Amino acid sequence: MGDLLNFRDGETIAETPVSIEEFLGASNATAVRIEPGEDARLLLPHLDRIALVEVTFPAFTDGRGYSSARILRESGYTGELRASGDVLVDQLFRMRRSGFDSFAPDKPLDPAVVETTLSRFTEVYQKSVDGRRPIWAKRHEVN
Amino acid sequence: MKLLTGNDLATGDVIWWTGEGWSRHIGDAVDAGDEGEEILAREEAARRVNASYIIDATQTEDGPLPAHIKDRIRASGPTVRTDLAINTAIPIVKA
Amino acid sequence: MYQYDSYDQAMVDARVEEFRDQARRRLAGEMTEDQFKPLRLMNGLYLQLHAYMLRIAVPYGTLSPRQLRKLAHIARTYDKGYGHFTTRTNIQFNWIKLEDAADILAELATVEMHAIQTSGNCIRNISSDQYAGVAADEITDPRPWAELLRQWSSFHPEFTYLPRKFKICVIASPNDRAAMRTHDIGLELVERDGRVGARVYAGGGLGRTPMVSPLIRDFVEEEELVSYLEACLRVYNRYGRRDNKFKARIKILVHELGVEEYRRQVEEEFLHMRTLGIQPPTEELDRIRAFFAPPVYETGLSEEVDRSDPDFALWLDRNVVAHKQPGYAIANISLKPVGGIPGDATADQIDLVADLGERYSLDQVRVTHAQNLVLPFVRKADLYALWQELDAAGLGTANIDMASDIIACPGLDYCSLANARSIPVAQKIAQRFASKEAEIGELKIKISGCINACGHHHAGHIGILGVDRKGTENYQLSLGGSGAEDCSVGTITGPGFTEDGVVDAIERATNLYLTQREEGERFLDTYRRIGMAPFKEAIYG
Repeated sequence: MGDLLNFRDGETIAETPVSIEEFLGASNATAVRIEPGEDARLLLPHLDRIALVEVTFPAFTDGRGYSSARILRESGYTGELRASGDVLVDQLFRMRRSGFDSFAPDKPLDPAVVETTLSRFTEVYQKSVDGRRPIWAKRHEVN
Repeated sequence: MKLLTGNDLATGDVIWWTGEGWSRHIGDAVDAGDEGEEILAREEAARRVNASYIIDATQTEDGPLPAHIKDRIRASGPTVRTDLAINTAIPIVKA
Repeated sequence: MYQYDSYDQAMVDARVEEFRDQARRRLAGEMTEDQFKPLRLMNGLYLQLHAYMLRIAVPYGTLSPRQLRKLAHIARTYDKGYGHFTTRTNIQFNWIKLEDAADILAELATVEMHAIQTSGNCIRNISSDQYAGVAADEITDPRPWAELLRQWSSFHPEFTYLPRKFKICVIASPNDRAAMRTHDIGLELVERDGRVGARVYAGGGLGRTPMVSPLIRDFVEEEELVSYLEACLRVYNRYGRRDNKFKARIKILVHELGVEEYRRQVEEEFLHMRTLGIQPPTEELDRIRAFFAPPVYETGLSEEVDRSDPDFALWLDRNVVAHKQPGYAIANISLKPVGGIPGDATADQIDLVADLGERYSLDQVRVTHAQNLVLPFVRKADLYALWQELDAAGLGTANIDMASDIIACPGLDYCSLANARSIPVAQKIAQRFASKEAEIGELKIKISGCINACGHHHAGHIGILGVDRKGTENYQLSLGGSGAEDCSVGTITGPGFTEDGVVDAIERATNLYLTQREEGERFLDTYRRIGMAPFKEAIYG
């Protein structure tokens, strides 16, 4: 397991995430894990008691986790949102745009390559959950 | 016979295992026997070949002849552009 | 046509540097092929039979002379002097080196071109009607919408690792010249109560399970289209199958859920999407639309065309289409010379088309999904001179929509996915039918070298599918497909044929048509009227 990459202000949550099923049962857990086929919306009624959501990527080519992440952020989740598993440096930018703020890749990432990758695109075409102004907003001075 | 083939990583050229290295000409290809998997694993890891695999072929007077039409076309070039042929001696369609 | 502003340019430039770094890391062994492959595919770079192939995007099939000259330069400098136009109106170069790819992309970026998302499990090049802006039957030019959606879909944060490829087409006419109903999402722009919006179709596709897309929503307002499409894509990203590559397209999801349920899920997601402020303001579409304003047409032009040269008259009848502006015409350039390679053009021919585009067509050229080119703004008075120049360069074949205007994928001559060659079959058919095609009339023959159906064989009046039959090439014949507004999937006739056998079989089918047709019927019409049985009888005896 590679080192945890943290983009939050403050520490990452150390608690081991439980499955959605366990979380929705009688559980005191504040950290929950979403697998690719699972429905992130099951967590929406409980966002106020969640400090960490870990979204797993068994294969980087399975993009369901991006939808899970955006759904959570769109609904106001402000806790730690972690992408774990087959996370490669080339996916980081879109993962950040989708709301992920920490990463637990299977293989460690080169910090220099991470830095270059994340700063390469200075503009974005779409409005997403990361607060960046899309190009169309800049063109027409929309906030 | 078993030939080892793949593409050169940087150029994409079709290449054939010669026993010592990789050649763009199927005439240089050798029978890899049972060692194909081992050789390919080593050569892929060293990036001396990409997208490699093992094929069946028969030895003929004009050199090794792949069993499958796809590899015959890989060895010779597009049949509709003989001006771009690498090797015109390979029969494409089974007699 | 659209011109990049500094934002658009920054995006393609950053993408070039991103790919340059990714290729460097692959060559240095910092990435495995499994890690690199999806990334290079999203920059249009395939590893094909003989070399890497680069698929360059031609957004909504529109090119400027400057762009064409750059493509000719790339063909000469980095490839073997020719390119291939595809059924998604893109252009492919077959002999590319990975070590040159980033430089090629950098050169393309200097003329506002790229290879972004022309492959991979992401939203692909958005196609449109080749007569956009000049057809009398369109309600508006669909290309501004296509450009808006190009930007929306490029580097999308959520939809970059979809279950499978995703193809979108936008048209604005009830006459479908772009095979819209065979796309994952097809938009038909329509006018309702004085407002323009889209009829949204979803779940079309060719390939292993061909399907004509059903209508998902009758009308989506212009101001909501991005929000609605985002909903369509999110439902697909979350629920499209990922267990089986051949069941992963959205057509399978729509089919398995049923249209009602897919529609319901999209509506639910759409209600949510509407609240997120992701839709660009109408000012953005207006800004883009300004680039597609009609040119300043000359007025008082002659409508007369001298038909006394019979070869020119034939080309006029077959390749030239009525323009919405008096005094002008739309000229099709056939890339299907009899015995040639369908869709291929040499660097010299590409340069010539650039030149002709400048001198005869107000600096614009189009690509069609039938692998031909179009000069959309030709003065009628110039048609003869234009034809003479085309003819001298081997670009004057008078065969649009005729038997020799065959759509053919590259097939086993070039493609590592193919089971059989397609180009030699196309050549033999063209040669056999060249002298008879006038009598036959409109006949759309489409050939695919494998089930991926890049040659659109399911949508051919006559379709041919190459298969591998115990190591030998074999060809299945189908009849009755159509990619137009009467979209239909062809029906297989029966057992397959050898390469020569399928040409003979087609001749028997067309001979039957000639004996059975009624006044005004095309091959497709006679087939639809009399059914498969008489054709099967004629083909198999």
